[in-house]
Formats: sequence, structure tokens, C-alpha cells
Amino acid sequence: MPALLELSDVTARYGQVVALHGVSLTVADGEIVALLGANGAGKTTTLRAVSGTVRRTGDIVLGGKRLGRATPEAVARSGVAHVPEGRGIFAELTVWENMRMGGYTVRRPDFATVLGYFPWLQERRNQQAGTLSGGEQQMLALARAFLSRPRLLMLDEPSLGLAPIITREVFRVVTELNQKEGLAVLVVEQNAAVALAAAQRGYVLETGRVAVSGSAGELKSDDAVRTAYLGY
Amino acid sequence: MQTFFQTLTTGLADGSIYGSLALALVLIYKATEVINFAQGEMAMFTTYIAWALMGHGSSFEWWAFFATLGIAFVGGAALQQTVIRPLERASVLTAVMATIALLVILNGLAAWIWSPQLQFFPSPFPTSSWVIGGVHISKQDVGTFGVVMACVLVLWLFFRFTKLGLAMRAGALNPSAARLMGVRASWLLALGWGFAAALGAVSGMMVAPTVFLTPNMMQAVLIYAFAAAILGGLESPVGAIAGGLSLGVLLNMLGQYVHPVTSELQLPVALAILLVVLLIKPAGLFGRVVVKRV
Repeated sequence: MPALLELSDVTARYGQVVALHGVSLTVADGEIVALLGANGAGKTTTLRAVSGTVRRTGDIVLGGKRLGRATPEAVARSGVAHVPEGRGIFAELTVWENMRMGGYTVRRPDFATVLGYFPWLQERRNQQAGTLSGGEQQMLALARAFLSRPRLLMLDEPSLGLAPIITREVFRVVTELNQKEGLAVLVVEQNAAVALAAAQRGYVLETGRVAVSGSAGELKSDDAVRTAYLGY
Repeated sequence: MQTFFQTLTTGLADGSIYGSLALALVLIYKATEVINFAQGEMAMFTTYIAWALMGHGSSFEWWAFFATLGIAFVGGAALQQTVIRPLERASVLTAVMATIALLVILNGLAAWIWSPQLQFFPSPFPTSSWVIGGVHISKQDVGTFGVVMACVLVLWLFFRFTKLGLAMRAGALNPSAARLMGVRASWLLALGWGFAAALGAVSGMMVAPTVFLTPNMMQAVLIYAFAAAILGGLESPVGAIAGGLSLGVLLNMLGQYVHPVTSELQLPVALAILLVVLLIKPAGLFGRVVVKRV
């Protein structure tokens, strides 16, 4: 199967500090891929390199097209929905206005399908998004991302600050969007156990390089990965 | 009592002019944190264009009024793209300095093109008054207030109900997140400058009949607009209008009832209000306290 997203030898830097030293990875159509690693390993930067919110070099190909020096808005318009660190919710806008922003580039956003996955958004539509709980905000971020009709969904630490039960719920919805809507997902996670349970494949980053990669099963049984990130 | 109501209507008319220019400042400040010192001179310059379109001020024409709004919109957007956009990565202070340079350039350019002489600018409204229960209500005051508020209402409807307006609000709140939704941020900033310039043109064309058209006519108005915007919290569109109206009424009332406050003292009083607000409530009456992580 041809890769939906392919990174070849991608480097990225913040000023003088190099955050990625040549990362290569692929995400196939309809696949969930986990990006694991310690703090500062370059997980967030990898997502930002794709969405163009950090300066990058190397080849990034999306659906056969090179992204080159594409701006964040151009990457978004070519089918990548990036839910950034901190979720990027417009706290002062209402829930519904946030959702309309998700469908900004779409002529007729499919609100009905989204409300099928997140029915509670309907009754909260006029609530200020900043007053939602952390888990609700994460769900809203997912709904908003899905409304842009993306080919690839990139999630940056969806579990951050959430109770384990809410985290499981978030990943259940992500898996459902993946299976029913065929959405490809690249997810960055500290919580490796949860991420590998949902993902088919994964990459472990260490200091800006891919240290280990393989199927979710292989990674779960890899001794180094287990002691470093799974803790058993 | 009659004097009171007459002073009130004049105050509201003056205040609506301060408020619309204050709103123009707030629109740009909210989106970019740049205070546009050239806002007044942009308004003055476009008022000269209106004056030229109206046969050098021979009679007021509504088509010229609307044409001027269009020209101001395009001009504002063009200034953003050519002067402000290249400074995107520079500090906010650099952009503010650029707007001060713009102020001087536009002022000199207007004097050079149209001469610094005082010109008569026609009003769309008759100079007569309505008399209601012994109170003389100037048609000019009511008309000015009405035109400014209608423009503000149109702008509010745009921001509240259109997709583009929503994207502009989202972009002002969180530019990086808006870009991740596919919003072309730089283009929307140009749009914001266009709206601000058009709003400024309204205030210029409404104030010109009473202060006469000169290259310096907006300088005092700009100070009042700053005071109004700061009174309203600099971040709040509603606050800018409310700040402008209360400032207009307050200054007229002081001029009417407090003997030593003559027209010479109006500007110092406005600045004193500005200082007192900054000392007591730095976030303004409608503003929120912003806590910055250092």
C-alpha cells in the first residue's frame, strides 16, 4: 500500500537548537501510528514539521505530493488536521463556533456525522469552549479536526491532563473514527500502553532520531521499550 | 433641563466619532497587538479623497461617501500588506514605529497634495433642529450618531454571523491554532486593516463638517479615541464604543456645567481621564486583567 504520509530524513530546528536529526517514518492509509519517546525526544516537533509550524528540511510527502515549504494553512488545506499540544481550542468562542472553525475550509461541513460521534456537543453548542472540562475540550478538538474532512489526523498527547477513564474514552473515539471513517492517525503519546493498544505500528524517538520501530506487538514485547516506556 | 438634553445629544454625537475611531484602533490592536498611530491620519487622508470626490466639497454626495469607504478599505489593506506585513517577525515596537512614520508621511502628503489650508467639508444633514418639548435637538448630531452606529452595527453583524468574521475573531484569539484550521492569517489581517480604515473614514467624514478639513484635523480626535479605547480596555469592541460615548458626553457636560473647562481644556481633561484610568484600573472598564508568564 502506498504511504499516505512519508517523512525522509527530516530535520527541524528552533533557532540554533536542532530538534530533529533526520527522522524517517511512514503512515499508510487507514492506519493508526503511535509516536513514542521521552520528553524532548522530538515527538511534538515531528508533528510540527509536518504541519509546517517549525522550520524543516528533508522530504515530506503527503498523498504523493511534496509539502516542501508549505505554510501551516496550506498543509491544513491539503488534508492534515493537527490537534496541537494544549489542543488549540478557541476558549472564548462557543462550542459551535469552534466546530464551524473546524469546517472552515469545507464548503458543507458534515455536522451530522460529527454529532453522531459526539452527541453531547449538540446541547452544549452555545457554551463557551473554555468552560468545558479537559476531556470535553479534547473531544471538541477531535470533532473540530474531523470536520475539516482530513486524510490524516495528527494528535499531540491527547491524554495530557486527563483521568485514565477519560483517556480510554478519547482513544475509543479515535479508534472508531479510524475504523468507520478510514481516518489515518499519527498520535504522539507519553502513555505508551494506551497508544500501543490502539495503534497498528509505532516509532520510538530518542534525541531527535528514530531509535526503534515496528508493529505495536513487537514494540510491546521489546525489552528496551518495555522498561523505558511501559514500566513493566 | 433643556440645556442638559442638548448637551447630551451633542455629547453622544461627538462620542460616536471618538468611539468609531477607538473601535478602529481596537480592531487592529486585538489582531496584532500593534497600536496604529496612523489611524487618525488615514482617516484624514480618506476624508480629503471624499472631499475631492464631492467636487472639492461643493455638496455632500452619498455615493462619494460609500466610494470613500471602499477606497479606505482597499488602502488600509494595502498598507498592511506593504508596510506592516514585512515587519511580521520584528517586534511589536517596530511595527508601532512604522505606524508613527506613516502618520508623518500621510500628514505631509495631504498638505502637499491638497495644501494645508482650512477647507469647508459639507455635511449630509441640515443645520436645523427638531424642537421636542422645548429641547433643541440638532439634526446634525442625530445624523452623525445614526451613521456611525449604523456602520458599527454592520461591522458587528459581519463579525458575529459570517464565516470570515468568525475566522477573524478566531485568528485574533489564537493565530497559530487558526492557521492549523486552514485560515490564511496574513490575508485576514489585511482585511482587518481594511475595516479599521473604513471605520476611520466614517469618523473623518462625520467630524470634518464641524472642525473643517485640514491635514491636522484628526490629531485631537485620535487622542480622544485613545482615551476612549483605553477607557474601554483596549481589547473590547463594546468597550471602545461605550468609552467613546461616555467621553463625548463627559467632555460636553464639563464644558457646559463646570465653568473653567473651556474648549481649550477639553484635550487636557481627556488626557487626565486617560491617566486616571491607567492608574486605577489599568485593564480599563471593560478589559480583563491579562496575566503574562515571564
